[in-house]
Amino acid sequence: MQDFLNGFMLLSNFLIVPATAYGSQLAMGALGVTLVYGILRFSNFAHGDTMAFGTMVVILVTALFQKMGLSIEPLPTALLAIPFGIAATTVMVLLSDRLVYRHQRKVRAAPVVFLISSIGLMFVLNGLVRFIIGTGDQRFGDGERFIIRFGEFKELTGLDEGIAFKTSQGLTIVTAIIVVAALFWFLERTRAGKSMRAYSDNEDLALLSGISPERVVMITWIISATLATIAGTLYGLDKGFKPFTYFQLLLPIFAAAIVGGLGNPLGAIAGGFVIAFSEVTVTYAYKKLLTYWLPESWAPEGLVQLLSTDYKFAVSFVILVLVLLFRPTGIFAGKSV
Amino acid sequence: MTLSKQQAPLAFAFMAMALIMVGIFQSWSLSLTILNYCLIASIMALGLNIQWGYAGLFNVGLMGFAALGGIAAVLVGMKPVPEAWALGGVGIGAGLLVTLGTIFLAITAYRRLPKGYVRGWGMGAIIVLGYFLARYFFDPATNQIESVNPAQTGFLGGLGLPIIFSWGVGGVLAAGVAWVIGKVTLGLRSDYLAIATLGISEIIIAVLKNEEWLTRGVKNVNGIPRPMPYEYDLQQQLWAQEWAAWFGADLQDFTSIYVKLCSAGLALVMLGVLYWLSQTAIKSPWGRMMRAIRDNETAALAMGKHVTGRHLQVFILGSAVVGIAGAMMTSFDGQFTPTTYNPLRFTFLVWVMVIVGGSGNNLGSIVGGFLIWFFWVEAEPMGYALLNLLTSGMADDSPLRAHLLDSAAHMRLITMGLILLVTIRFRPRGLLPEQSKQARSH
Repeated sequence: MQDFLNGFMLLSNFLIVPATAYGSQLAMGALGVTLVYGILRFSNFAHGDTMAFGTMVVILVTALFQKMGLSIEPLPTALLAIPFGIAATTVMVLLSDRLVYRHQRKVRAAPVVFLISSIGLMFVLNGLVRFIIGTGDQRFGDGERFIIRFGEFKELTGLDEGIAFKTSQGLTIVTAIIVVAALFWFLERTRAGKSMRAYSDNEDLALLSGISPERVVMITWIISATLATIAGTLYGLDKGFKPFTYFQLLLPIFAAAIVGGLGNPLGAIAGGFVIAFSEVTVTYAYKKLLTYWLPESWAPEGLVQLLSTDYKFAVSFVILVLVLLFRPTGIFAGKSV
Repeated sequence: MTLSKQQAPLAFAFMAMALIMVGIFQSWSLSLTILNYCLIASIMALGLNIQWGYAGLFNVGLMGFAALGGIAAVLVGMKPVPEAWALGGVGIGAGLLVTLGTIFLAITAYRRLPKGYVRGWGMGAIIVLGYFLARYFFDPATNQIESVNPAQTGFLGGLGLPIIFSWGVGGVLAAGVAWVIGKVTLGLRSDYLAIATLGISEIIIAVLKNEEWLTRGVKNVNGIPRPMPYEYDLQQQLWAQEWAAWFGADLQDFTSIYVKLCSAGLALVMLGVLYWLSQTAIKSPWGRMMRAIRDNETAALAMGKHVTGRHLQVFILGSAVVGIAGAMMTSFDGQFTPTTYNPLRFTFLVWVMVIVGGSGNNLGSIVGGFLIWFFWVEAEPMGYALLNLLTSGMADDSPLRAHLLDSAAHMRLITMGLILLVTIRFRPRGLLPEQSKQARSH
């Protein structure tokens, strides 16, 4: 029994908790992608760099606050800076919509033209972020690092294995729940949210009912910018900020959105967790767990790692392909344009 | 579109001028280096144009195909490492056999078994068992190979053949992988194809970085033979010394420029051949069919065209061209460094080339390749000069000024993005639009 519990603690520490936090981050990223897809009907390749932009602003404001001596111990100061990040990202996104996408909407360009435009924006944002903050790693988390420390937990329970629950992980999960609840309340209950869903369902019918398309588009961008900034900041608190990593997040985020069904918010959340859990389970080394759970003579020699962590992209990809082959519109039916 | 008939020579004249300017103001050696990379970039753009311009396939996995070309240069050009083969050859061979057997069995099971749970679980079981069996052979073998003189070799080496063969091998390798990806993803919608290709290119790079027994991974492979003569050898030659004296040039400068001219000549021949081939293809009935499929898939389907089959064909052809370009680049550089493969530089930049040049127009892709590569290289000194000018009012030790000047390198990303955005906004069909009676729908 002791061994079983030890194994279980090990599993939660290295698998369940990190995967849940990572899944929440992916889900929030994928929600932004999926909403833009549902309303504007294109895959926004600039989303990863929008996240990087928002996080960059948060990091800069955090640094400013730290200099001013502002803090909300034991929580990280970055939380205070998030609203500023959201504001800056919203301005940036609305400006880019005005300069880039509005013209394409006016000439009713094909979705792929929007996609190519978003690649152009991706270049600009990527360059801008590197230009301002550089390419290096940034650690901007402060305050109490752990909710539960490894040692404390061990003492408390008398087990050999403990759980170290990082503040960033706890924050991620709590924030994700609040944000997602607020988003769904907005989409289901408010007039603006309803008009968004109507527009996404049937554009012509929505226009006929007097819904202003520009307003819907604006709200979509604001939500997408907000989600991107929050997701980016939480990811950065958890794993550190590096512009290139954020660019690479594009792949798991899109995989999550597509697996769940592009254009479907519920699907994006499910997809985020599917991708995160598969990535972590497949790349986790099970050696120690098996020494707890198996009889001693069966103890494995190797690391018992299915796939090295360097291949985590492969996991997103394989799941993506499998889902697309067997359910081409994703787990929850997405829309096809 | 008679206009573009005059525009093409104009564009090339402009590019020649630009390269000459670099030659005069910076150095001729740099100018020729830029020219070489421009030629390779043009070939890559040609490859993408075959996929996107002819058929409307959204491939954002070019980096992966270019890297496959790069590994072809290693596998063809490097000398084999006999100790490594002796230690791990059998294990690797057995592992490969098991992998192939697993794939074969899984496909057989898929074909033979009735649809349902039995098939799903059966295939799953075959794949899982095959995976572990293959790992059983691979793992010890790779460890042994990597332990052979790790500072120098630590990998299997290549075939030791003349490096020029690698260009063809790179094309074939890329084509093979494209076939597999195409088989799986081409039935899907365009957005899905984009994400799938983005994913596969990251996977290819991850494999090249981590499978040290094959590629030395992040330890890089240096000293890949080049198709051109070596500067040092040339300097020993009497004729080179005489020529250098005749030009009144330094012997080292002369040989370096001579070598670069050689590679430019090789690349030019390659570009010419590939351009002629693609031009012939697009003018043929096959090319008209491709455009018909691109412009109206449903109508083409109704006319009895095998749309997915044609898409697969064009996906393979385009990827092969990108693979050739990747092999050329690695063989010119003489080294294979997996960490340099960056999607912005190897995938999205090529997209900028094709869009700016004019999708669907081969000449346009070549112009785009030249232009964009030129600006990609020159944006850094230009950005530096611009920032230097803008910040000249600040004190020399101002931290802001130092930061801005340090970050000048990132100006190139912003420049590329702006070029792409301006093109798609004001000239969506590119500098040299597609020449056909029917304008594209967008």
